Amino acid sequence: MTASASARPLLLHLAVIAVLFGLQFVLPDYDHSSFTRIMLLASYAVGFNILMGYTGLLSLGHAMFFAAGLYGAGLTMQYLGFGSPAAFAAGVASGFSLAIAVGLLALRTSGVAFMIVTLMFAQACFLATLYFNDITHGDEGFVLAAEARRLTLAGEVFELSAPDLRYNAALLLFAVCLLACLGLVRSGVGRVLIAIRENEDRATMLGYHTFRYKLLSLALSGTMAGASGAAYALLFSYVGATFASIQYSILPLLWVLLGGVGTTLGPLIGTLLMFYLVESSSGYTSSYMLVVGVALVLLILWFPKGILGTLREKWLPWLP
Amino acid sequence: MSFGPPLFLGLLEGTVTAFVLALTALGLSLVFGVMRIVNVAHGEFFMLGAVLAWAFSSLLLDAPALGFVLALVGSPVVVGAVAFAADRLVLRRLNYGPEATIVATIGLLYIIQQLVLMLYGPNARAVVPPIQFRVQFPWFGYSGYKLVVVAASAALLLVTWYTLMRTRIGLVMRATRFDRETAQAFAIPVDRVYSLIFALGAVLAAIAGVLIVPIQQAHYLMGLDPLLLSFIVVIVGGLGSLRGTLVAAFVIGLSDGVISTFYSGTLAKIMATLLVALVLVFRPAGLFGGANR
Repeated sequence: MTASASARPLLLHLAVIAVLFGLQFVLPDYDHSSFTRIMLLASYAVGFNILMGYTGLLSLGHAMFFAAGLYGAGLTMQYLGFGSPAAFAAGVASGFSLAIAVGLLALRTSGVAFMIVTLMFAQACFLATLYFNDITHGDEGFVLAAEARRLTLAGEVFELSAPDLRYNAALLLFAVCLLACLGLVRSGVGRVLIAIRENEDRATMLGYHTFRYKLLSLALSGTMAGASGAAYALLFSYVGATFASIQYSILPLLWVLLGGVGTTLGPLIGTLLMFYLVESSSGYTSSYMLVVGVALVLLILWFPKGILGTLREKWLPWLP
Repeated sequence: MSFGPPLFLGLLEGTVTAFVLALTALGLSLVFGVMRIVNVAHGEFFMLGAVLAWAFSSLLLDAPALGFVLALVGSPVVVGAVAFAADRLVLRRLNYGPEATIVATIGLLYIIQQLVLMLYGPNARAVVPPIQFRVQFPWFGYSGYKLVVVAASAALLLVTWYTLMRTRIGLVMRATRFDRETAQAFAIPVDRVYSLIFALGAVLAAIAGVLIVPIQQAHYLMGLDPLLLSFIVVIVGGLGSLRGTLVAAFVIGLSDGVISTFYSGTLAKIMATLLVALVLVFRPAGLFGGANR
């Protein structure tokens, strides 16, 4: 591979981030806010894809990591008076610790059993958010106070509810996740993960301690989910049990499938398309989740590689 | 008030739960055992059965008993047809790959659930029990219909057992379950057996849905709980072991009845889900399942 060919993916990713940065000046208010959400959710999807796409582990309970971040940030801010940076750190830490704890147990299984174990753990977490209703306010959730969501930096006060700040904070998080994913995939560790996905027995035979690599992948994935959950709580000031429900475990699966399993940019494309598809259909009917169901069935039947996966296969073999 | 009567009530409620759960979980277990796939849409077949029961019985509002019989026949047939079609149109094309079928059945779950929401609406609706009598115990009266549910479920479990163990079609199903390729070599139409099993699993869930609807109203989101409970039962009982499934259904159903009489239902559910996850991690063959194929 020549130097220019190996620089191409990096340039592409930087260009995507630059385009996202530029978009904030041209997008109308409404889409401006939608894009903020999309970038946060896409960070979640990037994390999901590291596990599903590059390690071959399909989790059906990722919402628990997202919710860990959401509640980790929200509860510490609400009850312990944490400031925004500390609350964000608490959210990321909860996502990370939950991922390690779940990983130590769930990674003893594989395949279908792994899917069900993660589903069950996530359901237990969801039920726990309902059970501790006094603290979490269950389904209703709670709204974070505006005073707490200020950021004082070098004497200046920033409001986290300001649209521009929100957009760029989301972009920053997404850029970090995306570049981390790209770096991982191109590193030696990433190659081991792919080897595990392709043939775990052979990776073991080659001397790799596959359990550690899988745990690392799950931890990274859970941390990204936690980070996007924490950012979601802080930027949109709402914390509720919906984000822990099964639906939020299924959505990243759908986004990644649509964009392309095992492609670095697939999660962004999948999230973007699905977000607007669901939103436009929810204008017509209250049963907008129908779109999600139909999309899942159609994708798995006729388009299992997703958009970027197909592009890579047909025309762009250098796509990471 | 003494401890006895509430415990007795809890056990009665638990028995009803256990039998309905056994029917639902048996459907899931059959599908997993024979086809080696996890059907995430199983709970929606239960829900569809219940909702269709409401639809059928509202055709004959003057004669609730007759309407209920119509529902008991009609709605499993419709649900079975839906499942048969889903198997032919979707699952077979995926070659029953374990992960692909899970994704596809998640899709089916949302399709069925949201179509019901569209056509039936978000409200819960009640169906009048076909028989109205109360069994009078010394401490309290108890709905006679619930005892009928127990009897009907027990009869159906027996019929299913008989079909599997004593009839030719059951033999064919067991052969397919034991070794798919050899079965095919002996001219068993494995594809057709798969479709049939998938439909049969859905029919069992639908019947459970019909039976439950006079006790618990029909609602488009009612499928999630039976799905998770069936998962729990099938896993605790040992994946694919029918006897284990039945034993686990009774253990879970009875303890659920007793625990939720005395404690919070949510806590019981949290415990059960964690238990299942741990069983899968540490005893993948299930608590009651021995070596079986």
